[in-house]
Amino acid sequence: MLEIKELHKSFGRHEVLKGLNLSVKQGDVIAILGRSGSGKTTLLRCMNFLETAQSGTMAFDGELFNLAHITKQEIARVRKKTAFVFQNFNLFRNKTALQNVTEGLITARKIPKAAAIEIGKRALDKVDLAGKYDAYPHQLSGGQQQRVAIARAIAGEPNIIYFDEPTSALDPALIHEVLTVMRKLADEGMTMLVVTHEMNFARNVSNKVIFMDAGEIIEAQPAERFFDHPIDQRTKAFLQTYNAGSSII
Amino acid sequence: MADEHLLAVIVDSFWKILLPGLTMTIPLTIISFTLALLLAVIAALVQFADLKGLKQLARFYIWIFRGTPLLVQLFVVFYGLPNIGILIDPFPAAVLVFSFNEGAYCAETIRAALESVPKGQFEAGLCVGMSYMQIMRRILLPQALRTAFPPLSNSLIAMVKDTSLAANITVTEMFMVTQRIVARTYEPLILYIEVGFIYLLFSTVLTFLQRIGENKLSAYEHQEGR
Repeated sequence: MLEIKELHKSFGRHEVLKGLNLSVKQGDVIAILGRSGSGKTTLLRCMNFLETAQSGTMAFDGELFNLAHITKQEIARVRKKTAFVFQNFNLFRNKTALQNVTEGLITARKIPKAAAIEIGKRALDKVDLAGKYDAYPHQLSGGQQQRVAIARAIAGEPNIIYFDEPTSALDPALIHEVLTVMRKLADEGMTMLVVTHEMNFARNVSNKVIFMDAGEIIEAQPAERFFDHPIDQRTKAFLQTYNAGSSII
Repeated sequence: MADEHLLAVIVDSFWKILLPGLTMTIPLTIISFTLALLLAVIAALVQFADLKGLKQLARFYIWIFRGTPLLVQLFVVFYGLPNIGILIDPFPAAVLVFSFNEGAYCAETIRAALESVPKGQFEAGLCVGMSYMQIMRRILLPQALRTAFPPLSNSLIAMVKDTSLAANITVTEMFMVTQRIVARTYEPLILYIEVGFIYLLFSTVLTFLQRIGENKLSAYEHQEGR
């Protein structure tokens, strides 16, 4: 349903993505792993046009887009079928939880307010925030804020959701509630692209794992094979540091 | 005897000074400040949006009006412009100068407030499909104006007092009326203190209104920055 070809992105003279190819099938839950600075986040941001790529194409939902020369109308079409969950939640701070979910439905999708509120409540119920419709972001914990952000993402019924390190800004105690919601979405067949450092999520929830290093995809494998039989030396080294980290504890 | 005379001067002059306060100083302030806010939002937005050409124009406008004395601006417009055939009545001339002058300061306040809203909310708005203007109107500006409210109130209070400068271009506001009464009664000390007191009264009311406004606006940010 989504295919990226030869994606190049530089910031000034620094090349962050060096010709990436990526293919996503309906229902895939793909974990993208890699060290900081490997280009994982930039990849997601290019796919939703928060960054403009230097070159590359994206086939999505029956259309082919030139990522370097994309029109406003094309961006609007793609964004209507995608959603983005940020590391820092990025909730609208002047809106309640429910308004955060309905805002885009009402303004961008022109859904009547009453219907949008219905959709919004259902989305919040789904992320276990039924009692928090009228809470402002500052009244919510980090985990709750991120779940509101996920409700905002699913409310537009996207074909795919991009998650950019959704649990990295959370206290360890709050990570679980966000991962639980994400697992629920995965079980329901939502297509998800997840940049993460949560190895357990990558292993147990995702069906594919991609390992990135220095702007390239080093390895892409089914999740189990990736962890049990990594091929590339760099992948092995990466997994070893993680295992070493967890065995200390 | 002397005390009774002073009391009579104060009581006599109080309404005479307060009246132009109500009919001149306050309208002059309200009209000028409203226009100033309008100018300020526009000048702040074109800078924030980085609109080529317009941004430079806004910088130039702010540079001129912040960099020259208010009194000089009043004189240029009222006494200077007639030289090239532009005659403006005292009151509109004052409105023109006050709104442009105050607009320059408020533009910087609003621009800074806009920049203080975390950029991520803008991106979140884009990702749910909102347009630039929708995000601006519904997400960024409301938060920026909340942040800008106290410094803008400051500017408003400053402006109430600055309107006294309009006396210099023959606007018969409070201060000019006071000067006239002084010329008749030779009681400068008591009368200038009296007019100062009336300005203080106006400012106090505004300070009170500011507090009410801030409470109303703070619904969504009681403990900002946990």
